[in-house]
Amino acid sequence: MPRKIDESTTPSFARLRRLAADVFVSLRWLWRKTSEPVIEFCIKISGLAVVIFVFLIFLFLLRDSLSLFRHYPLRKFLFSTEWLPISEPPTFGVVPLLLGSVYVTAWAIVICVPLGVGSAMFIAEVAPKPLKHVLKSLVEILASIPSVVLGFLGIIWLGPVLRNTFGVPTGMCGLTGSLLLAFMALPTIISISEDALTGVPKTYREAAFGLGATRWQALWRIILPSASSGILAAVMLGIGRVVGETMVVLMVTGNAPVMPKSILQPLRTLTATIAGEMGETVGGSEHYFALFAVGIVLFAITFSVNFVADLFLRRARK
Amino acid sequence: MNGAKIRQHIAFSVLGVLTLLIVVPIMLVILYIVINGAGAISWEFLTAAPRNGMKAGGILPAIVGTVLLVIGTMLFSLPLGVLSAIYLVEYASDDLFTRMIKLSVVNLSGIPSIVYGLFGFTLFVLLLHLGTSILAGSLTLAIMSLPVIITASKEALESVPFSYREISLSLGATRWQTVRYCVLPYAIPGVLTGTVLSLSRAAGETAPILFTVAAFYLPRLPRSVFDQVMALPYHLYVISTQVPNIPLELSFATALVLIALVFLMNLVSIILRAHYRKKRLW
Repeated sequence: MPRKIDESTTPSFARLRRLAADVFVSLRWLWRKTSEPVIEFCIKISGLAVVIFVFLIFLFLLRDSLSLFRHYPLRKFLFSTEWLPISEPPTFGVVPLLLGSVYVTAWAIVICVPLGVGSAMFIAEVAPKPLKHVLKSLVEILASIPSVVLGFLGIIWLGPVLRNTFGVPTGMCGLTGSLLLAFMALPTIISISEDALTGVPKTYREAAFGLGATRWQALWRIILPSASSGILAAVMLGIGRVVGETMVVLMVTGNAPVMPKSILQPLRTLTATIAGEMGETVGGSEHYFALFAVGIVLFAITFSVNFVADLFLRRARK
Repeated sequence: MNGAKIRQHIAFSVLGVLTLLIVVPIMLVILYIVINGAGAISWEFLTAAPRNGMKAGGILPAIVGTVLLVIGTMLFSLPLGVLSAIYLVEYASDDLFTRMIKLSVVNLSGIPSIVYGLFGFTLFVLLLHLGTSILAGSLTLAIMSLPVIITASKEALESVPFSYREISLSLGATRWQTVRYCVLPYAIPGVLTGTVLSLSRAAGETAPILFTVAAFYLPRLPRSVFDQVMALPYHLYVISTQVPNIPLELSFATALVLIALVFLMNLVSIILRAHYRKKRLW
């Protein structure tokens, strides 16, 4: 008599395989049913992420700056003309740093706006097509040079040259920083101005030519004024770039946190102060929090500059 | 020639001179670094650790550090950037929330790099206890690269013709299926171009890594993502300002390696873009 095999309890290879297949099929079914909501959820979270980051950056800067103002009067931070973080008692006056940033930025903008807008006009309206491509790629090359490399060149080359030219005691001064920053802001200014110039409707130009204008007259009197919103946006974005740049000013402006009187003397900007002093502070000290307060001043400046630039860009698009 | 023609001639010449004033310095800067740096580049310089207080030896740890940071940055910023671009282009309706996202992207791109450094330091290094590490540095650089990746991905997605979506949807595909099979494949080259470009920026940045990852002098390779590393831009900063009596050609050679790395990445993005233009279907 053959032994009866109880099928329900004996695991066999075939049964295991059938089970595995069933598990696989049901998992696949589950994946099909749930993957889409899961992925769409991820997409929505990622959309939110940018907002969260901006909010978090602001929150952290605010939190640590407020810790400073619990012990240190806000009025003194905003109006004192001395930045003496390691004297006893320390003074954290943001004015000299703010003025340092303003000096360096103003000079950089004065230098780079005529150059940038002028060459944008050249690229957009004068240069023949092959030259246009070459010039645009050169500008892209400039945009990709890391700031620390330009700072290095400022130390070993531009600084000494300026020292000899102007007969000042040191070449590590505001002007060295301004020149390098102007150079760095050029790609932003050129590419956005060029977009603005080429974005002017062709009919404007044709109408000008039809009335007997030369190419220059059309460019100067018709196209340039029509592109003014875009060019202003370019200048604002250039200012944002210059104010926020850190390494170049840290390396070449001489690191003197004093009230600047001339662009030819050493000074220090907001960004360089944070970068230069953060490594030397003790976490949780007044000095540490003061650097965050400097950070929030910087954040507020670039935030408003970019906001205005965005407004101009929006107007330009209309 | 009448007066207007002469004036045009003068004006265009002035514009040309202004352009030359930009072009010549760019070429001079590149040439200056190449000429002064090429002499010190050797097999040892690229493959050895620094010795003798960075006065001799190579820069391998700094190269490896920068490459690791770029990879880490990509791992975090590429998925996040692409997904949020997908949200903006394919899902978002034109409401207050969407406008807030767009405004945030604009603002994020304007925040100074040193502020990212401060933020990364407080959030990743201190609050999340990651320490000064590759992880903290990559996360900081990733947030900084997000706006560029989002903007580039958005443009790439928007350039895919609307009819592709209509056809897919009319055949009964869901929204995600449409994005996954009919939009994303055609947008990927544009996304990659923007990503490589933003990564090349991240590779050259110094300020965000100052307090989050960069090691002053660490002549060995990192063992885990919680290690500090040296990085090329920070190394150049250190040897040109913090340590006296470093042979100048070492600084030049470091600058040259950094520029070469950044240009190489730019070249990749240019090739991708050219390749993509050729294969474009519309």
